[in-house]
Order: sequence, then structure tokens, then C-alpha cells
Amino acid sequence: MDDIRPWLDLVSQWAIPLLILLIIVWGAVKRVPMYESFVTGAKEGFGIAVMIIPYLVAMLFVIKIFMASGIFDDLKYGFVMAMQSIGLDAYAQSLDLMPLAFTKPLTGSGARALMVDMFKEHGPDSFLGMTASIMMGSTETTFYLLTVYYGAVQIKKIRHTLAACLWTDLIAVTVAIVFGYMFYGSR
Amino acid sequence: MLNKIWFALLCIGILYGFSKAAYQTATGTKPASPPAAATPADASATEDELEDSAFVTMGRKLNQATLESAETAVTICIGLIGIMALWLGLLNIARDAGLVDAFATLLRPLMRWLFPGIPDGHPAQGAILMNLSANMLGLDNAATPMGLKAMNELQTLNPLKDTATNSMVTFLAINNSSVTIIPITIIGYRAITGSRDPVEPLAGTLIVTSISTISAVFITRMLSRRRAYYAPPEAPQPADSDVTITGESHG
Repeated sequence: MDDIRPWLDLVSQWAIPLLILLIIVWGAVKRVPMYESFVTGAKEGFGIAVMIIPYLVAMLFVIKIFMASGIFDDLKYGFVMAMQSIGLDAYAQSLDLMPLAFTKPLTGSGARALMVDMFKEHGPDSFLGMTASIMMGSTETTFYLLTVYYGAVQIKKIRHTLAACLWTDLIAVTVAIVFGYMFYGSR
Repeated sequence: MLNKIWFALLCIGILYGFSKAAYQTATGTKPASPPAAATPADASATEDELEDSAFVTMGRKLNQATLESAETAVTICIGLIGIMALWLGLLNIARDAGLVDAFATLLRPLMRWLFPGIPDGHPAQGAILMNLSANMLGLDNAATPMGLKAMNELQTLNPLKDTATNSMVTFLAINNSSVTIIPITIIGYRAITGSRDPVEPLAGTLIVTSISTISAVFITRMLSRRRAYYAPPEAPQPADSDVTITGESHG
């Protein structure tokens, strides 16, 4: 598996240049007036990006206040302590993953910091390190995603979006932990 | 629902911050983050000022959070302007060249099943596919502009402009389940922290993310049938929305 990594780096670095090449070559074959077409499309970019600002301010504002008050940290560690004191010691290891699971939907940078801490403390190849990697790779920053995507089109009533996303996050985390126990539990 | 969450998070945050500071003052525990209190206070602090520093620290933290949030939001959006312009420009070339349509035609059965509300050949199909492919390749910079473009296209099909359609919810739920095949940043962090096999979780991530993506589709389907999300007048009916589209396209 060691020799896969340079290839992955190569693929991820060349994906964008090759995609651009594909687009412009195809455009040239079809005789698209490229410069004009590019500028026409690019014009939309400004409007969409600026449109998001009020939505993003509103969302980051509450998340930052909530985090700054310390309630989030107290709650998630309190939850872990409570579970351990009930006697779920057999699964206590996976409880260390709970803070990560709770943080990811709210902030991507916060979750990344937690993941790196876990790598440093337990090692990236340990059960916790492997499961954390899988969890991080299979979830997204839910609140940020909803805010930016709905903000761009000025949608305020999101119906079942949040419920669906949080249920999906829960499933991803659960499956990741089960998977981790099945394959890396002995580490 | 968003209104309530917004109020609750904000209210709880400030009240909890206040009571935590009060508790810390009462019990004499030091505030959790000394550096924030120490840097400005050290120079001219008397004993009295250090006594109530739990309150001061908490207040300062909340103040900082307020300012930071406003700043961060604008920074993100300003940064997004350039990337948005670049990728929407390229996307427009691809669309004019028929590349997006060719791609959309190729995957039409899948799109029909995922987004029954989008008529065949609508630009939203192409934009969604481009976003999902960019996400799969882990091209975050390209994925966001294409995703926002897709939202714009979906909005043209929306009879109620301030309410999400079923297609939008499905699209976001799929995006939220992270369809990335190569999570390159995670591999990078694993390598830095001394993993002997940084790419090892690739297969596991792929399996887990596939399961969560598939369940995202079914969960949105199930939830969209629930009365609370489906019945209120602002929720567009799938059958009606098609009628409205054709009506709108003439106007």
C-alpha cells in the first residue's frame, strides 16, 4: 500500500489541470467562443458569493458564541464521563470519538484539530486513529454546507434538510465505529 | 425550525457563559483559558481585577466570537468570489461545448431516480453531476462553485422561492454525506503524524461513505413524506412543481 501514496498525490494534483484541459479542448473542437463564454459564466460568480454573506454571518455568529461559552466542550466531555461512569467501559475507547462526531457538523477546522490531536495521542494507525480517519472522510460540515448552499439561493425554509443531514451523520458515525471495531478493533 | 435553533443556540451560549463565569467566581476556579486573561491583564492588574477575571474572560471570549464570526463570514465569501468566477466561467465553456449535457445524458437514469423533480435535459442535472464528480475527486475548490450553480438551477424550478424543494434537500443530503473517494487532507495529516500506511483508511472510508450516501437518499425520501415536512402549504408538491415549471418557462 505504501507505493499508492505518490500516485494519489499525482492524481489529486493533476485532476484540475486535466479537467481544465478537457473542457477547453472539447470547447475548441465545438468551436465555442471561449473567452466570451468564460466571462459570461464568471459574471454570475460575484453575485452568488456576495449573496451568501448575510446567511454565513448569521450562522457563524451563533456557532461561535455557542462554542465560546464553553457549553459545547463541557457537554461533550460530560457525556463521555457519564457514559463511562454508567459502566460502558467495554466501549469506552470509542467514546473518545464522540467529541469528534459532535464537532464535525458544526466546524470543520475544530474537527480537524481534534483528529490531529487523536493521531498524536494514540497514533494514526491505532483503532482510534483509523476510525477517526474514516469518520472524518465520510462526513461533512453540515451547518456550513446548509448555510452556504441555501444562502446562495436565498432559501430560508429548509424543511427536512437538517433532520436528513443529521440522521445521515449519525449513520455515518455509527457505521464508521462498527467498521472500526470489525477491522481495527484489536489494535 | 431554523429560527428556533438559531435562538436556542445563541441564548444558551450567552446564558451558559454567564452562569459558568458565575460558578467559577463562586468556587474560585480559574477560567479555562489563562492566556486570554493573562495577556492584557498582567501589565496593570491589581488583585481586585484578577478576582473577577472569570467574568471578564468569558465576556471577552463572547465578544471575540461575535467579531470573529462577522469577519470570518466575509473573508470566506470574498475568497469565494474569485474561485466562483473561475469555475463558473469554465463550467460555462463546458456547457456551451455540450460537455455537461453529454455527461448528463450518460447518467440520466441515475439522475431521474435521485431527482424525480428535475425534468430531463434541465441544466440543473448537469450542474449537480459536475458538483458530485468534483466532490468525488476531492476538488473542493471546484465543487462549491458547481454546487452553488446547481442550487441556482434548482431554484428556477422552485415555485416557492424561500422554501427548499425535494430535489434541493436530496442534493444537500448527498453532499453532506461526503462522496469523496480520496480524502487527501486526511491522508496528509496521517502521513505527518507518522502513520506507517497513510492511505490505509481509503477502502474503509469508501465503504462507509457509500453506505451513508445511500441512506441519505432514503432518509430524505422518508422524511419528505412526513406530514410535518410535506403537508404545509409552503412545501412544494412534486407533481405541482412540474406544472409550475412549464408555466414559468413560458412567462
